[in-house]
Amino acid sequence: MTAPLEVDGSAASASPEAVTAGMGRRIEGRSLGQIAWLRLRRDKVAMGGGILVLVLVLVALLAPLLVGLLGSPPNEFHSSLIDPVFSTPKGRLGGISSEHLLGVEPVNGRDVFSRIVYGARISLLIAFLATLLSVVLGVLLGIVAGYKGGWVDTLISRTMDVFLAFPLLLFAIALAGVIPTSAFGLEGNSLRIAVLIFIIGFFNWPYMGRIIRGQTLSLREREFVDAARSLGAGTPYILFRELLPNLVAPIVVYSTLLIPTNILFEAALSFLGVGINPPTPSWGGMLNQAIDFYRIDPMFMLVPGLAIFLTVMAFNLLGDGLRDALDPRSR
Amino acid sequence: MIRSRRSAGVTAATALALLAAGCGGSDSGGTASPSSSGSSSGAASVFGAATTQMVNPSDKTGGTLKYVYSDAPDSMDPGNTYYAFNWNFTRLYTRALTTFPAKPGADGLKVTPDLAEGLGVPSADGMTWTYKLKAGVTFEDGTPVKAEDVKYAIARSNYSEELTGGPKYFKQYLDAGDYAGPYKDEDLDDFTGITTPDDSTLVFHLTQPFAEFDYLVSNPQASPVPQAKDNGLKYEEHPVSTGPYMFESHSVGKEFALVKNPEWDAASDPNRKQTVDRIEVQEKVDAADIDQRLVAGTADLDLGGTGVQAQTRSTLLQDPVKKNQADNPQTGFLRYAMMSVNVPPFDNADCRKAVLYAADHEAIQSAWGGPVGGDIATTALPPNVAGYKQADVYGFLADKNGSVDKAKQALTACGQPTGFSTKIAVRGDRPKDVASGEALQQSLDKVGIKTEIVKYPSGDWSAQYAGNPKFVKANGLGIMVAGWGADWPSGFGFLSQIADGRAIAPSGGNYNQMELNDPTVNKLLDDGIKTTDLDARNEMWSQVDAKVMESGALLPFVYEKTLLYRDPSLTNVFVSPSYGMYDYTTIGKQ
Repeated sequence: MTAPLEVDGSAASASPEAVTAGMGRRIEGRSLGQIAWLRLRRDKVAMGGGILVLVLVLVALLAPLLVGLLGSPPNEFHSSLIDPVFSTPKGRLGGISSEHLLGVEPVNGRDVFSRIVYGARISLLIAFLATLLSVVLGVLLGIVAGYKGGWVDTLISRTMDVFLAFPLLLFAIALAGVIPTSAFGLEGNSLRIAVLIFIIGFFNWPYMGRIIRGQTLSLREREFVDAARSLGAGTPYILFRELLPNLVAPIVVYSTLLIPTNILFEAALSFLGVGINPPTPSWGGMLNQAIDFYRIDPMFMLVPGLAIFLTVMAFNLLGDGLRDALDPRSR
Repeated sequence: MIRSRRSAGVTAATALALLAAGCGGSDSGGTASPSSSGSSSGAASVFGAATTQMVNPSDKTGGTLKYVYSDAPDSMDPGNTYYAFNWNFTRLYTRALTTFPAKPGADGLKVTPDLAEGLGVPSADGMTWTYKLKAGVTFEDGTPVKAEDVKYAIARSNYSEELTGGPKYFKQYLDAGDYAGPYKDEDLDDFTGITTPDDSTLVFHLTQPFAEFDYLVSNPQASPVPQAKDNGLKYEEHPVSTGPYMFESHSVGKEFALVKNPEWDAASDPNRKQTVDRIEVQEKVDAADIDQRLVAGTADLDLGGTGVQAQTRSTLLQDPVKKNQADNPQTGFLRYAMMSVNVPPFDNADCRKAVLYAADHEAIQSAWGGPVGGDIATTALPPNVAGYKQADVYGFLADKNGSVDKAKQALTACGQPTGFSTKIAVRGDRPKDVASGEALQQSLDKVGIKTEIVKYPSGDWSAQYAGNPKFVKANGLGIMVAGWGADWPSGFGFLSQIADGRAIAPSGGNYNQMELNDPTVNKLLDDGIKTTDLDARNEMWSQVDAKVMESGALLPFVYEKTLLYRDPSLTNVFVSPSYGMYDYTTIGKQ
């Protein structure tokens, strides 16, 4: 590894930095990664966000177990819990009870808790995979544009401009509205999820691409790149063995910040009715249903709203903390 | 309040104060009158009163009636509109040959003469219908109404390329050759579908007998339009009135006002009333805002007539006073699911019946807003359509939550004892359609019928998706959730589009989504529409209904109902059963 000391935020670097950790203890070297971790641990807000993210991921992964213990199946109707005249849950606060921790849905009495839990799966799955797609595309094209320069850079940069200027939401609505029932060997909801991931991920790569291109532009002038080049290293080697490790910090930070954006985007699409098909629960879809009842059953709007709010906040806090830890100069 | 207006320079605070003063003034004026007159009326104001009687009957004149509407109407031109509320409202300034009488309940469904002296007289072979106009009816400028004016109105609305808004029933049934419409062919004599032997006689020449012609000429298209005043699409700015009101001003797409038509003669018109001085209509008002204005009394009526939003519904029903000022009439719409007989396994009648038996009718009703949103439907025809006969062959009302046993028997009979998989197509932007699809999905799941809900946009629903049999077959859309309301309240008006096998449009625009092509049904419809005897005809519509239900391809959900709010200051209010909303031709203000 050849990363020089002065490169800021190179978490993967193995270069040592002397830190005196205490009078009585032996002086030892620490990696930049360790330092960043130390800084992050001291940032209570970021740690809070991180723990919340961890909990959310666990909830999504363990959804069947959680629902089995604490709720009823997400698509099961409980008509007996609904007031037939007003279509709203009987009892206070949207029908909260020991069996239905967050109450039941108006009209059909489905358990809100289990729908929120299962909704987390959809939201996080789509957000993570869409982010992964954006990051792969953005890093690949950004690093090439930044390193190669010239017409390659111009072409990629102008493409990014086009993508950034694209009316994404309108396009997404149009595209999601015409998804066939089966294609590419996928069917029904798995196809819809794949298409949503593609739409969200494919159109968000320029954000990542621009940042990576900028970083690459400054990195490629550094001595270690010159050194590698003069030793006869090929372009792929320089791109992926010399430059990429130094870009890990911005990649981690901006991926973490892209996830909440994508969660919101998925919620917006579901809210507008072009998300996944019912009865599969999704937070945006629940919010949409809640519009008709917000005055008479505010709980039903509050719960998915809070779920989206907390998730987005958790990822943003963690992302901000990561940026502070990995790149203290940007503070 | 006046004291705060110290200087000419208007600050924000003063502006607000002035606004508040203005509001307070009009509020007190608005609420004083209803409270003073609450006891003067004969009919008691109870929940649903206006569906059976006229509430607050009164001959008091004067005042302004304020309508609000959440959108802009398709057109105020009587020849270019296809909304039920507009067919109701245009009667304030147009008189068609016939109309529906100003009576609540079943009497309001019987078509009655309006501009014509009597109902139409068919020839012995049923191929011509003759109407005679009442003497002395004039337009708002005093010109007498002639038979040619009605003939011209039908020519422009049905045969021109410009006016696309309304239905084209006259073009379908009249024998007019390839007449190109009055804008291309200005000589009205070339229009041979209608002849006018004298100024007060109209003879309609048909291509086939059509016994329900009296219903067709209740359509506002059959109200007179003077050829000299017609300016095509711009005619909606000021349609020439023959009714009790006429246009004073009209800003298309925003608002318009009607005032009394001095030429209207109450003696010739037993149906309408001319009570208020002015009728104002404000368009494009937010739906939630409309509800608030209605309940606050700052607006009188919602022009759309589709009832209040779900939230206002609960507010009204929970308030004992307000509840008594609400009505819960049937809209004339049937909400249903259709099973395509060309999508396996629904090509087998027993598989279709398994769905009918398994369906949880109460859960589906709940999706439509519970008993206030609609009654559980058991027939293909809704109750306020001529030919409706109470029946419940599958025992929906006995097993409101569905019968797993009967469904399993039907599944065994169709050779799929463990169930099968299919798709439920819904209009994704219609929350109630989606919710009823989900309820159906849950109930089918109990008997092993696995379904996937697929959403399509309502805009292209009939052109490209559920209304396109090729698409339905290619994508295996076994069950489609939809609804239907009749253009006129008879079995034929309701069923001819959704149950006649010859109405199946192979490449889109199909409403017979079950693709039922039963020779018995087709023949009954053909024979029925030739039958001039009303009772015999209605009996045949009942038979069509029974046949459709027997096929098992139609799963009726609910006879849709709505919740209308009537302000206590309104007089002569009743629900017109044929339009499923308040009759706009009689309402006055106290």
